Amino acid sequence: MPLMKPTMDVGIIGYGAYVPRYRLPASEVSRVWHPGGDRAPVEQKAVAGPDEDTVTMSIEAARNALARAEIAPARLGAVWVGSESHPYAVKPTSAIVAEAIGATPHVLAGDWQFACKAGTEALQAALALVGSGMTPYALAIGMDTAQSRPGDVLEYTAAAGGAAYIVGPGDEAVALLQGSVSFATENPDFWRRPQQNYPEHGGRFTGEPSYFRHTLAAATELMEALGRTPQDYAYAVFHQPNRRFPREAAVRLGFSAEQIKAGLLVDRIGNAYAGSSMLGLGALLDVANPGDRVLHVSYGSGAGSDAFEWLVTDGLHERRHRAPLTSYYVNRVQEIDYATYARYRNKLQME
Amino acid sequence: MSIPMYWRTSHQRLALTGEVCPTCEAKLFPPRDICPHCNSPAKTRFDFCGRGTVYSYSLVNVAPRGFERCAPYVVALVALEEGPLLTAQLTETDPQDVFIGMPVEMVTRRMREGSEQGLIEYGYKFRPCMERAEA
Ligand SMILES: [Zn+2]
Repeated sequence: MPLMKPTMDVGIIGYGAYVPRYRLPASEVSRVWHPGGDRAPVEQKAVAGPDEDTVTMSIEAARNALARAEIAPARLGAVWVGSESHPYAVKPTSAIVAEAIGATPHVLAGDWQFACKAGTEALQAALALVGSGMTPYALAIGMDTAQSRPGDVLEYTAAAGGAAYIVGPGDEAVALLQGSVSFATENPDFWRRPQQNYPEHGGRFTGEPSYFRHTLAAATELMEALGRTPQDYAYAVFHQPNRRFPREAAVRLGFSAEQIKAGLLVDRIGNAYAGSSMLGLGALLDVANPGDRVLHVSYGSGAGSDAFEWLVTDGLHERRHRAPLTSYYVNRVQEIDYATYARYRNKLQME
Repeated sequence: MSIPMYWRTSHQRLALTGEVCPTCEAKLFPPRDICPHCNSPAKTRFDFCGRGTVYSYSLVNVAPRGFERCAPYVVALVALEEGPLLTAQLTETDPQDVFIGMPVEMVTRRMREGSEQGLIEYGYKFRPCMERAEA
């Protein structure tokens, strides 16, 4: 049986988003690199400021999650950050985040890595840690400041942002875990070697054998195991590498445009990599009602998908407004041009 | 910043943690273990809420070494809600929008870029208070 669920009831007790305020319009990438040809797979993407990185963005998302959860940070038994853009190759992001939010010293702190599903991998582990009774609360974050080679098609979409989730006992949850499925295989669709600044990707190979195979399998197996059909869900959210993939996944699984609309952020912020489906889930929790079921499916190259079913509880309405909504971050926009982007993201090597 | 200095000030920089005087209840930042108001020992940890207002400010166009990436930027004296005045960079704001009395809130950011090999220094900056009322 592929279905996973801890023996204890567990769920999300607090969540928090973060998206930096800068936006690079796709027209700027086209202007500089592809004049005359519009290949833009999104409208614009979120870009981290010159003093931001996965550590600082994780800290703000974690503070928002703590504000909603209203627990003492010292009660967190784990602080886990999933990302492909940890600021250090060796020195844990998670320990810096844990120190900043007041979760140290009795805490598991570790960095997770699985391309765009590093965040949900951490979330799976947090659910298991709490569900086993080892600790009452655990924090899982998916956050990225994604890299892309100047002029590459990924430069349109490789964005910054993410979300933090505090997992706790079911009776405190705003969204209860109903079950999850993980589906992973060895897959050569996207990679980055050590000491390389930019990733390589398999072009069209990233679609059918990669994103769609894993996303559709995890989603279908989870729904089968729980005896659901798409009509049982109020909302669904998928990993969002571009405008087309999540929409096509929804259609192929039998979900309507209405079911995925609220969680679809890619047009306005780009692909936040490990933060992508985590942010989309946050946007859904901002609008969901008690009793709603949410299907949440990540995808990470390499490759794998985690599929979760969440059941929204009565506790959500009261906690929702204790921190800024995901839409607040999505809607605060300061446009920058390509030159400013190049400066902010260190695209010019000075020495 | 030296590694011992970085280590010693890590928590106060990342979390805006100071002290409260058990005798006169003054809130202290940075932590200094002796209350400057009543000279009593003051070692009780206190976490500041992170909100304050701009008391005064100055625009930095020519940044010192290691701070060039954010220039031009504003350095402000921030009066914390709980009392203390501290010096900090403002972020997420255009210099022409800053005014005395502006409500600001603490965020944790990269402070200084050393070499590609060096330690990344994280610490507090302040930004205009975000509007949260969306209910
Ligand atoms: Zn005193």
